Amino acid sequence: MTILFLGVGNLHRADDGVGPRLAEKLAADKAFMKKGVEVQPHSGEGVSLMHLWEGAERVVIVDAMKSGATLGSIQRFDAIHEPLHHGVFRYSSHLFGLAEATEMARQLGSLPKTMIIFGIEGQEFTFGEAMSPVVAKALKKVEKAVRKEFEDL
Amino acid sequence: MATAAKTPTKAKAAAKTAAKEAPSKSVKAKKPVMGTRTIQVDELSRVEGEGALFVRVKDGVIKECHFKIVEPPRFFEAFLKGRSYLEVPDITARICGICPMAYLMGAQQAMEDALGITITQPIRDLRRIMYCGEWIESHVLHAAMLHAPDFLGLDDALQLAATNKAVVEKALRLKKLGNDLLEVIGGGRAIHPINTRVGGFYKVPTKKALRGMMDELKWGIEASIDLAKLFGTFTFPDFEYDYHCVALHHPDHYAIVEGDVISNRGIHIPVREFHQVFQESHVSYSTALHGSSRGDNEPYLAGPNARYNLNYKQLTKLAKQTAKEIGLGEVVNNPFKSILVRMVETVYACEEALRLIKAYEEPDVAFVEGRPRASEGFGMTEAPRGVCYHSYKLDSEGRVLKAVISSPTAQNQPQIERDLYGVVERSLDLDDEALKQRCELTIRNYDPCISCSAHFLNLTMVRE
Repeated sequence: MTILFLGVGNLHRADDGVGPRLAEKLAADKAFMKKGVEVQPHSGEGVSLMHLWEGAERVVIVDAMKSGATLGSIQRFDAIHEPLHHGVFRYSSHLFGLAEATEMARQLGSLPKTMIIFGIEGQEFTFGEAMSPVVAKALKKVEKAVRKEFEDL
Repeated sequence: MATAAKTPTKAKAAAKTAAKEAPSKSVKAKKPVMGTRTIQVDELSRVEGEGALFVRVKDGVIKECHFKIVEPPRFFEAFLKGRSYLEVPDITARICGICPMAYLMGAQQAMEDALGITITQPIRDLRRIMYCGEWIESHVLHAAMLHAPDFLGLDDALQLAATNKAVVEKALRLKKLGNDLLEVIGGGRAIHPINTRVGGFYKVPTKKALRGMMDELKWGIEASIDLAKLFGTFTFPDFEYDYHCVALHHPDHYAIVEGDVISNRGIHIPVREFHQVFQESHVSYSTALHGSSRGDNEPYLAGPNARYNLNYKQLTKLAKQTAKEIGLGEVVNNPFKSILVRMVETVYACEEALRLIKAYEEPDVAFVEGRPRASEGFGMTEAPRGVCYHSYKLDSEGRVLKAVISSPTAQNQPQIERDLYGVVERSLDLDDEALKQRCELTIRNYDPCISCSAHFLNLTMVRE
């Protein structure tokens, strides 16, 4: 039974680092890792995401988002029950990122049993490791929310 | 996640003006187009990077045709200065996430040339298997997921999945096969492998690990033939060009990782003379350099069709048979049929990887060491989209003094413009939307790799 946490994004692109940063944090937490959750940072490349989550029991994903919402706001999507908007979770490679991979997997019937995606509205996606202060704050909130997703384990 | 696409404000404004001043009705009715017609595609979908197209037509004659790449200039050549020869391949690999092998192996080859390292046959074979993996994953992603929807009148691969699930499943599995080949040799990472180095590998893969890929490769041969046959049923625009084809050529096999530079106009030179015969120049409307042959400044063609036209005889029997069955002759001068050539090359790459894996024995030596010296080295490989050239000058301690890297897309850019010119000239009777799509398809023939992508199209028409 595969239970996955994926921190999607790029550590070197400011607010986009929020996902992989949380993955790093969870991976370093021995008590959390005892739950048997496979924790991975991920670039967001769609095809490999699809291969990763296919057949998984439970998947929780955190990624930065650019949807026009308030900076630092957190949205929780139940990907099994609601379609994701195209282009909200961007990834540069031929525009086949998290949202596209999710919808493609839905078409192909290869989504995991449950899949929760937390989107954190970012602002700065330039080069550099420093996140906007608001996003850094949101990281703490989303960490709590992610831990809650796994609290039954 | 990448930054959001730039809002094409200018194009939007122009489009508004166009709507006011130029009722598109007359064009849609396919009346002869008189006056000035400007076609502007500011951002292209399903192309790796941001490209833009500007065409101005006056009285049915094309006055301007610019394909511009608005890629942020890459400073790799500059920031490699002072770096050790050992670091360079791992840095250049980051130029591209789709074809890192072209930058990794081109740089390795150049460093080995500079240091006078001769690699062993098993190292050569392992590199060729990895490169086959890159061809498979890159060709299939482009052909099936990005190019095929154009021919089927679909918006994207999602629609393709809705209408033809089996094709998408096959394509995704083939892409995974390509990635797995890269991972099994590259140290668990397909995009930027960590197991490769100047002179060879840190650790060679086990025979068992490689043999584990054989069944999937056998499936891959069949699957790529199936896709080739399906794509062979597409209708292709009637357009041919008398291309100056440039590719690598190797006496022993269909060139991928090494060879001399040859062309269908009689050029046959070692890689080190490449920039004596071809050049790169800057044009004001693009941040990417433009390749051309020295002397006549004429464009040339790199990529699948150039390779196929020059090295057809070295394809396997099965690849040739597939080509024949999908209607390809020994020379393909219709750029739209590059989707078919990509699939023929995918058949070849699966077969070639299988052949090399069958013969693989774990070598004792994982890499050949070299001594730094003040020197110059050259390297070239066949990236999925065409020849990728590297040259480096090193000081006595192996630090880079000068780096020159020519990407296939920069080399192809002037030829893309020529194709667009020809295609637009023959398609002026199409309405704007159809013409825009035809132009996009023309650009996608090259699978151009221009570094980050956008999903908006803006067509502007202005008539005086």
